[in-house]
Amino acid sequence: MRVSVSWLREYVDLPADLPTGDLEQALVDLGIEVESVVDLAASVTGQLVVGEVREIEELTGFKKPIRFCRVDVGAANGTGEPQEIVCGARNFAVGDRVVVILPGGVLPGGFAIGARKTYGHNSAGMICSAKELGLGDDHSGIIVLGPDVTAKPGDDARPVVGLDDVVLDLEITPDRGYALSLRGLARELSHAFEVPLRDPALTPAPGGTETPAYPVEVRDTVGCDRFTARLVRGVDPTAPTPSWMAQRLVTAGIRSISLPVDITNYVMLELGQPMHAFDADRIVGPLVVRRAEAGEKLTTLDGVNRVLTADDMVICDDTGPISLAAVMGGETSEVVTGGTTNVLFEAAHWDPAMVGRTARRHKLFSEAAKRWERGVDPAVALVALERAVRLLTEHGGGTPSAEILDIDHVRPRTPISLPADLPTRRVGVEYPPARVVALLERVGCTVAQGADRLSEDPGAVGVASGVGTVLSVTPPTWRPDLTDPADLVEEVVRLDGYDKVPSVLPTAPPGRGLTPRQRRRRAVADSLAERGYVEVLAHPFVSPELADQLGLPADDPRRPAVRLANPLSEEEPLLRTTLLGPLLGTLKRNLGRGHRDLALYEIGAVFHPRVGAGSPPAMGVDRRPTDEEFAAADAVVPAQPVHVAVVLAGDIDPAGWWGPGRQAGWADAIEAARDVLAAAGIPDERVEVRATEHAPWHPGRCAELRVDDAVVGHAGELHPAVVAALELPRRTSAMELNLDTLPPTPVTPAPTVSGFPPALIDVALVVDDSVPAEQVRRALETGAGELLEDVRLFDVYSGAQLGEGRRSLAYKLTFRAPDRTLTVEEAVAARDAAVAVAAERLGATLRGA
Amino acid sequence: MRECPYAMSYRNDPYDPKQVALLDPAALAEAVADATKAFEAAADPDALTALRSVHLGDRSPVSLARREIGALPPAAKSDAGKRVNEARRAIESAYAERAEVVEREQAERVLVEERVDVTLPYDRRPRGARHPLSTLMESISDLFVGMGYEVAEGPEVDLEWVNFDALNIPADHPARGLMDTFHIAPEGSGLVLRTHTSTVQTRTMLSRKPPIYVIVPGRVYRTDEIDATHSPVFHQAEGLVVDKGITMAHLRGTLDHFARAMFGPEAKTRWRPHYFPFTEPSAEFDVWFPEHRDGPQWVEWGGCGMVNPRVLRACGVDPEVYSGFAFGMGIDRTLMVRHGVSDIRHLFEGDVRFSRALGTGA
Repeated sequence: MRVSVSWLREYVDLPADLPTGDLEQALVDLGIEVESVVDLAASVTGQLVVGEVREIEELTGFKKPIRFCRVDVGAANGTGEPQEIVCGARNFAVGDRVVVILPGGVLPGGFAIGARKTYGHNSAGMICSAKELGLGDDHSGIIVLGPDVTAKPGDDARPVVGLDDVVLDLEITPDRGYALSLRGLARELSHAFEVPLRDPALTPAPGGTETPAYPVEVRDTVGCDRFTARLVRGVDPTAPTPSWMAQRLVTAGIRSISLPVDITNYVMLELGQPMHAFDADRIVGPLVVRRAEAGEKLTTLDGVNRVLTADDMVICDDTGPISLAAVMGGETSEVVTGGTTNVLFEAAHWDPAMVGRTARRHKLFSEAAKRWERGVDPAVALVALERAVRLLTEHGGGTPSAEILDIDHVRPRTPISLPADLPTRRVGVEYPPARVVALLERVGCTVAQGADRLSEDPGAVGVASGVGTVLSVTPPTWRPDLTDPADLVEEVVRLDGYDKVPSVLPTAPPGRGLTPRQRRRRAVADSLAERGYVEVLAHPFVSPELADQLGLPADDPRRPAVRLANPLSEEEPLLRTTLLGPLLGTLKRNLGRGHRDLALYEIGAVFHPRVGAGSPPAMGVDRRPTDEEFAAADAVVPAQPVHVAVVLAGDIDPAGWWGPGRQAGWADAIEAARDVLAAAGIPDERVEVRATEHAPWHPGRCAELRVDDAVVGHAGELHPAVVAALELPRRTSAMELNLDTLPPTPVTPAPTVSGFPPALIDVALVVDDSVPAEQVRRALETGAGELLEDVRLFDVYSGAQLGEGRRSLAYKLTFRAPDRTLTVEEAVAARDAAVAVAAERLGATLRGA
Repeated sequence: MRECPYAMSYRNDPYDPKQVALLDPAALAEAVADATKAFEAAADPDALTALRSVHLGDRSPVSLARREIGALPPAAKSDAGKRVNEARRAIESAYAERAEVVEREQAERVLVEERVDVTLPYDRRPRGARHPLSTLMESISDLFVGMGYEVAEGPEVDLEWVNFDALNIPADHPARGLMDTFHIAPEGSGLVLRTHTSTVQTRTMLSRKPPIYVIVPGRVYRTDEIDATHSPVFHQAEGLVVDKGITMAHLRGTLDHFARAMFGPEAKTRWRPHYFPFTEPSAEFDVWFPEHRDGPQWVEWGGCGMVNPRVLRACGVDPEVYSGFAFGMGIDRTLMVRHGVSDIRHLFEGDVRFSRALGTGA
């Protein structure tokens, strides 16, 4: 909402020399956001004066006609001689008064004015158009001041053209429709400065007459609970809109169209009542206000042919719908510029929810719809009608009908019961009941003493309670937003001042701290960062092609994905089912920026739809849903487990002066997975790594991670086809685990730390290539028994002397007893037992044996 | 075998006077002088060690002289023994003195030889990093956990009822239109990507009884096109307190404390009346940030208010018994203001330079 301060001053006695900063602060404190304050006086600098055209010399021989003018600017130019100015406009004559900017001045947009030679003559200054002064879009000619202007040549032209004003651009919250009017804003400012308000809605207006101004039938009084109308006959169809009115409309961002239409918009800005002007001669038969029939058609003023639904409201004549009620008029009945002599003004009151739905359905967010949705005063219709009729007869002539139509089904407001101490109990500031009453009356409420009652909230902090006075508060008609006691509490604290609320820290009961799940997520995140991985938070939107690029099988559970109805990019309408897609995208972005050695990780949710779950059951808000109702609704919500994933490319150990680097690979990805499990508190002995084939990994280089025999994730090198499809570097590796499937962190029993010396024995076992090292380790552990402290694989060797398909695994076994130094015989016996189990289970033989 | 200069008594013949020449005081003095001189010439411990057997070994002059004592008459033995012992001690002492010197010199030489260029870059293990938004969310959580709050969480795709209806945002209300919402297909799914962390208000109140003191950091979504200040994905932290006798003063106290923890001890908050469907009264709040990179100033921080009794009722909390406050603020914005980040895209592009530089400081 853009308004000028001078207009506001017509309704409220703001202090004469009010600094704009104070005005802005007052609005902010009232809850009205100030987007901008434009001091128009400062938008044009230098001398902007009234001039009188003395001579015009027509210059010819140029591409367009040019005038060389001598303009009397009084003493403003210091000489008193007429100012010589070249001008391209032609809409003025000798004797006209115009607006002149003298050399040294600067127009909006930083356009500096000087004296220069042009078209063969010296031109010192410029005669200005409205557009050049930033006063609108009119550049059809220069401003010619009307006969009502009394300013003399040489006078400052700013007050004459409205450049002495301040324009406020205000953001009104959706609850306060009344503040989308001068009337409402003036009321608010009258509170802030505690100055009198001249409410334009208090203008006396005649009531409805027995005989209607025009036959109208309202068939749906829920959608339209008031409909008023009055006719003005014999209007001069060519009468122009007065410049002050056009100026105020332009400031508000509304285009000037014709006098009757401009008047409806002007009254809407002034009183907050959207109106409509029909050309009475273009209406056929009586008007009917009703719901549209589904499929009915109407061409609205913007030229769009709209198909209506049964929820829309329409105004019809014998030809069918002629207006989309409350939102936009139709073409066939619109006032025609230059052609309309009989004008029917309509001021109605519509159901805000209906208007909101219609506006959204037809994407028609007109100024009228904006006000209806936010609430319009149902009591102001007749005043608006009277105001419009007076403005039209004053500026366009004509005779108003004696008949006034008023179909009124507005129901009176029911009072709100407000315990007088509720504001004090909710805000923590002591408001005596008299203060509460005074503040509520100031916003227009009618306050009566209600029945006493026992306070039901005796536990209030720092407030005397017990038997309390209950106020019966009837909000004013223009405040449909005030419906609950809490709304009245807000009015009290808002007018009293939010800055008066003290600062008191509440005391919470003892808390439980972070949950084990939250602590685990932090431990995992910290551990990966310490290992050199960089955390990223990628957007979760992915393309449908990703599943193919990752080579997911047709029945893979990561294929069904949650789809957005309105994605930002049509290319990425799905939510990720694996972290790898967005994470690999981030990897590529980094590669594109010249980073070669990368180790990234992300911890975040993935989304799995509940296929076939259908829609959640409808739930109201007047009570808590039952546990069963909510559980049924919750069952529709997609599963959103938290995963952790890493991706690796390039060297994990960089090359440097110390020697060569080491390329990241499958083993690093698996190590990252094991690190995550360790950080999550899962003991090593409950973790198993097995070879598997799983997209998007290389079938020969993919491990599945199991905890207590349940698969929790996968790690390894990516499939070469995936690497090719996603254009990743060779050997790019990755791992992904589902953190939500991990069992709770157990309380780990402490180990026995023996102080006795260890016995170290190396064994090299020859096994078939197909035997996983993990199984060999497990066999050794099983066979070695309690004395074994550690098994460490230190060499893997395959060569001709071992035979085809065989390899040697060399282990360092550490034996130690808790209570004694082991003898060589004991250690060797344990080793032999370990080797025996490996031989029995896996056919292992001692190398060299 | 090397020729020994004192080999004249190689064959020991007990009573041959010529064979006791080595016991001559002058000869002994010469042996001491020779040894001392040789030791002084030794440059390092190895060279010195090699001289030990020459001057103190079995074949050294003093050792050979000792053997000759037996050839002396008994009366002369004691005297000669003393002489030999003195000579031997003198040589040993010279050896020890020299040994100390050469070992010290050797140790010093090693230290010089082992000198390295300690300014060589040692970045063999590249440093990892947390994401600054993660660390900021954790520090906010920790602040409130320290006050007895619990960290509450909820799903990112949630029921429209949870995101809107229960929070007093009915379907036809203009406030619903103000939140540019990602809807989940198909139409009528009843699901959205949550537009605010206030969903967790709903879920928390549904799942437990007051007193409720929770902080909710999390990821939220709006259909904003990506530019320097907008991202369709961003982060909020939401606080919710529901208890008996909770007032706006408690809300202010909490926000002031929060502001000081985030923006330093001089920080304070300022309220502007505003409208949110789920709180009444409602306010937007600004924070005074003295360390702002463009100079001390008020910075828009978030929204807050007293939980609307309609919300309490829809979530099964009796508004006649309990009252509550809620507040929410943008974590991305907090990070950007605090650290002078000019483009929100840096937070989501995942460029390793950004996280490495900021990842531990938030």
